[in-house]
Amino acid sequence: MASSTLLIAIAALAILGYYVGRRRAIAVAVGTSVRAFHSLPGYHGGYVALWCALPVVALVALWVVVEPTLLRSAVLDGLPPEMQELPSQQLGLVYNDIRNVVEGNIAATNADSVIAAAAERYSALRTTSRNLLAAAVLVLGLTGLGWAFYRVRPDFRARNRVERTIEFLFIGASMVAILTTVGIFLSVLFEAVRFFQQVSPLDFLFGLTWSPQTAIRADQVGSSGAFGAVPLFTGTLLISGIAMFVAVPVGLMSAIYLAEYANARVRSYAKPLLEVLAGIPTVVYGYFAALTVGPFLRGFGESIGLTVASESALGAGLVMGIMIIPFVSSLSDDVITAVPQALRDGSYGLGATRSETIRNVVLPAALPGIVGAVLLAVSRAIGETMIVVMAAGLAANLTANPFEAVTTVTVQIVTQLVGDQEFDSPRTLVAFALGLVLFVVTLVLNVIALHVVRRYREQYE
Amino acid sequence: MSEQPGRSVKEAVARGIAARYRKERLFRALGLGALLIGLGFLAFFFYTLIGNGYTALGQTRILLDVDLAEEVIDPEGARDPEILAAADYQRLVREALNRLFPDVTARAQLRELYSMVSPGAGFELRERVRDDPSVIGTTHSLWLLADDDVDVIVKGHVDRALPQDQRRTSDQELEWLAALEAQDRVDIQLNRYFFTAGASTDPELAGIWSATVGSFFMLLVTLTLAFPLGVATAIYLEEFASRNRWTDLIEVNINNLAAVPSIVYGLLGLAVFINAFGLPRSAPLVGGLVLSLMTLPVIIIASRAALTAVPPSIREAALGVGASKMQMVLHHVLPLAMPGMLTGTIIGMARALGESAPLLMIGMVAFIVDIPESPLDPSTALPVQVYLWADSPERAFVERTSAAILVLLVFLLVMNATAILLRKRFERRY
Repeated sequence: MASSTLLIAIAALAILGYYVGRRRAIAVAVGTSVRAFHSLPGYHGGYVALWCALPVVALVALWVVVEPTLLRSAVLDGLPPEMQELPSQQLGLVYNDIRNVVEGNIAATNADSVIAAAAERYSALRTTSRNLLAAAVLVLGLTGLGWAFYRVRPDFRARNRVERTIEFLFIGASMVAILTTVGIFLSVLFEAVRFFQQVSPLDFLFGLTWSPQTAIRADQVGSSGAFGAVPLFTGTLLISGIAMFVAVPVGLMSAIYLAEYANARVRSYAKPLLEVLAGIPTVVYGYFAALTVGPFLRGFGESIGLTVASESALGAGLVMGIMIIPFVSSLSDDVITAVPQALRDGSYGLGATRSETIRNVVLPAALPGIVGAVLLAVSRAIGETMIVVMAAGLAANLTANPFEAVTTVTVQIVTQLVGDQEFDSPRTLVAFALGLVLFVVTLVLNVIALHVVRRYREQYE
Repeated sequence: MSEQPGRSVKEAVARGIAARYRKERLFRALGLGALLIGLGFLAFFFYTLIGNGYTALGQTRILLDVDLAEEVIDPEGARDPEILAAADYQRLVREALNRLFPDVTARAQLRELYSMVSPGAGFELRERVRDDPSVIGTTHSLWLLADDDVDVIVKGHVDRALPQDQRRTSDQELEWLAALEAQDRVDIQLNRYFFTAGASTDPELAGIWSATVGSFFMLLVTLTLAFPLGVATAIYLEEFASRNRWTDLIEVNINNLAAVPSIVYGLLGLAVFINAFGLPRSAPLVGGLVLSLMTLPVIIIASRAALTAVPPSIREAALGVGASKMQMVLHHVLPLAMPGMLTGTIIGMARALGESAPLLMIGMVAFIVDIPESPLDPSTALPVQVYLWADSPERAFVERTSAAILVLLVFLLVMNATAILLRKRFERRY
């Protein structure tokens, strides 16, 4: 809660700065000629407000980063010498205990006296630090205000300064997109590298056995765990393949119908309705796959003498296919509509029927765009999580039989990371290696798809 | 002789024409069929959801004559709120059942009898006494919450004719239930727990409110972060940046981020926000951070489209009367582009609301009974609640899952409808 008070204080300081600067500008303008003023009073106000807020925000950010380190070393220095000599990992545990006592997670009465004393020191130090910060914020903010206040003069170019600052804020905002990509890549890569230090990348990429549960005791059977991800890759491909088998014909034919046959009225209703399928949360599809489609397929299989697992690849794939229909149809619809009418007219002029025109002229012309749409849909299918988590199961079978249960990359990422985690065991880290594979594969698919789509667009423009 | 080939071509075309028209009709029918398959699934989804879900609005209650006996609730008569809160209210329920079925005495049978009323009945009695302590010592006829096993029988989800080993209620319980029904003591009333409670292992006490509040906090964080950042990025890229390698890189990045699987964002959240920054697990704050990174590309792309739609004449006019570039953008272009930006933002937020995969990674699959009060409290989200309930074995959770999905879909529908209205209302043709 203290941090929100601080934020409010900074905001109040900035608003105060704005009004003070603006009034000062008006007062100066009344004293001299208004026309001599370069900037409007509001810009002078804004300039003062920026000088109040920006240095203070920087200070707070610095404080937030530095404070924990300083607190830690100060508290640990205060511990009795025999505790200070503990190895760093145990020292970390002790420090966690201290913090837990402070946060009230452990009742202070249960902790031993050394920890309790350290906890007291910790909270005392933290209070001092917070008070210091509040004082520093106030001093720095008022200094900034005073400094900017005395720069309010007719010839001062406040507007240019304010606009420059805003532009830098815009540039900063656009960096976030880059930072996110870099952040995803580095964080996943970093943990994946830790995994590959324990398990060879070759075993991971080409191993045929997947059983990541490592035993608790070293002498248990299978204590090492096996991290061959091939069953996951084949499982993912199988389910995505089934999904595309559903989505591509249905999506493409719907797009053709909507673009070439349907009248405007049907189109205006059917297109948004079909796109509702893309707006339904994936967890809803998962629910259907697990509770409706799975049991139905099993019952149907039994009635015709097939054994279908209740968590079969078929069920998950079918439902995923339905989810992907609108991705294929709406992109294909766009590219089909973008094919110039002259091509169709030429074909009709030669006596071709509509379907002949579509098959022999429109589709070949739209093919690159359709391929792009399909690639985007494939990357969507590979990265889809909830449907397979709920309907595909955990059994890492290396099989191409759609009636059996298979597992996928995303399912295993979720399974390894939900619940208690230990961040030094390959069991947890493997999720990041899988994530890296997923990220790279979808990225490559997207780059190719966007490239194909873009090249196609240029053709007719 | 010269007419002969012409005629034969004509004849050949005429011969083939019926087959070609047949193919044409077939192709057209295939297209229509594909469209109908897609729409049929949509209809099937909603039909199943509404059919399964609407019964969750009701909850079976049993009318019992409860004696709010003073010696059970407050033997010392001090009306101390702590003693009132700690009393054994379930015992009052048990005694009321005993009075209705005096011939049930065997211990095992009694346990079965008592299990017909939910443990929540005692909580309801406690609330009643806390609100008005003067009811102590009086007898009331109260509609008390039935157990979920009774509930599914009364609603007809589980057939009474099934053999005993295929349902969770015994023949004995069915007999008692029939006796209660004969006395008009069983009724389906509005299920208020569904809208006001958090998670519970008893389906009759489980609700979506804590998940809804968690989702709300998450969207709040997402909106406050992603909207300003997205709009600022779009303005920079569209209005200020010169086209060079650097801006190309940013553009490619944004397009790719829009297609990165959501689960990868979950990995990022886990590795960066939780492990590196030490933010609490299961907190809507972290969920909101992850979702805002996910929504950012959507908002940026929509905002850029909105900015390009503003005609250059507006910019030129502003510059022509002496506005600076920043004034031109902030005073003239931005207000005109704002509806489009808001539309994109709402659509992005709707997607964020339905997202659940990254939330699994950052520990939002918790069992949350309490209603979260700030973005730092442990909480869960609506779609995650659906996921958790879909996994629960009790039959009574099926209707609750469907109902929770319907609530989620209503939220999404409202958001998307707002976006469409906004677009229709403010759409300009220049």
